Amino acid sequence: MLEWFNELMWILLKIGFILLPLILAVAYTTYAERKVIGYMQLRMGPNRVGPKGWLQPFADVIKLATKEIVLPSGANKPMFLLGPILFIGPSLAAWAVIPFDAELVLADINAGLIYLLAMTSIGVYGIIIAGWASNSKYAFLGAMRSASQVVSYEIAMGFTLVGVLMCANSMNLGDIITQQSGSVLDWFFIPLFPLLVIFWISGVAETNRAPFDLPEGESEIVAGFHVEYAGTAFALFFLAEYANMILVSCLTAIMFFGGWLSPFQGIPYLDAMTSWIPGTFWLLLKAAFFLFGLLWLRATFPRFRYDQIMRLGWKVFIPVTIVWIVVLAAWIKLQWWPFNG
Amino acid sequence: MLENYLPILVFIMLGLGLGVGLELVGFILGKNKPDDAKNSPFECGFDAFEDSRSKFDVRFYLVAILFIIFDLEIAFLFPWAVVFNELGWFGVTTMAVFLALLVVGFIYEWKKGALEWE
Repeated sequence: MLEWFNELMWILLKIGFILLPLILAVAYTTYAERKVIGYMQLRMGPNRVGPKGWLQPFADVIKLATKEIVLPSGANKPMFLLGPILFIGPSLAAWAVIPFDAELVLADINAGLIYLLAMTSIGVYGIIIAGWASNSKYAFLGAMRSASQVVSYEIAMGFTLVGVLMCANSMNLGDIITQQSGSVLDWFFIPLFPLLVIFWISGVAETNRAPFDLPEGESEIVAGFHVEYAGTAFALFFLAEYANMILVSCLTAIMFFGGWLSPFQGIPYLDAMTSWIPGTFWLLLKAAFFLFGLLWLRATFPRFRYDQIMRLGWKVFIPVTIVWIVVLAAWIKLQWWPFNG
Repeated sequence: MLENYLPILVFIMLGLGLGVGLELVGFILGKNKPDDAKNSPFECGFDAFEDSRSKFDVRFYLVAILFIIFDLEIAFLFPWAVVFNELGWFGVTTMAVFLALLVVGFIYEWKKGALEWE
């Protein structure tokens, strides 16, 4: 009994070491987003709370926590409250299989990739339940748009992952990274470049970020599926969306850019000189790069039209990925493949 | 083997628990002064004309059905891709036939206009 309890405490401690930095990262991603977009538009961004606005995220948290959670009279109240919970749970739990360094992973399971796909899919239920239970036209329309957009791009994303698996021969994320070791030239982004592009764009669409933020398009449907939410119930959607953004950035780094592998691997002197840097640093650096890309996209591109989004997902990405998988299979089987260990 | 999944179970519970906890915090710390206007569904300043659970575009439903087909396809492709290097030509051609059938279906739905949004 005591042993069992000890193990549970140990797991909870490890989860805490993932969850607390993650929530802090989410808080400062919101700050970074406002600052980055601010400077791109020649504004200052938040700069009143704390030195240079550094305490802004905490002010936001306190404000959201003390706001009233409005329960619309027409809403289905238990479902209305269940929506955000179902959205946040999987988006946090997905982090269980992310390897932060060679042995630094909470759950070293052999079906890591399937687990990730499962978790990102369950989040859709949160969106649909929230939109339906709100009993508001805007929320309902936003939920419908969001759900069909997420599932459409999930297909393209799944196909790109098939390409990754054909190169890595394992669904364990740690193994996928070690398969890329050697040097920068062994990272999967070179043989799988078209798949990288599609994975990245699908990731933007999956997280409902600009230019694919149709579900929230303020000019048409105000705020989409979470229009009726306020206070901490809204904060849950916000938290989950940003956790998903960071997750997609991390996944891009893991699948195509060698995760925690050092970029100097295989270079005689540089490798030895930088070997003291922990792998976690490299993973976070790569992830931060893609995260910045997400913010940059939002500052640069106007929103797509809904039919354009669906056309891109179904008529461009899916055919391209299918063709690339066939090409990849032929290359590997006919031994023209220099990347296969 | 299966005990590797215990942390995941704990993590999912904790994630859902965090959701419940934050909503409770909101109810405890936040105000609670409901009134009719505040609790009415969001519209452009007037009362809602009708119930929002009305008919919706059938294409959303169509997308969901197509998603199931393609997601199943991906679920079959995953294990195949993992053992791809050990597979002989038999395994490769089997999957090629399977993919070809799905591509035929894909072309059919494309020509039928199931992917059109005007």
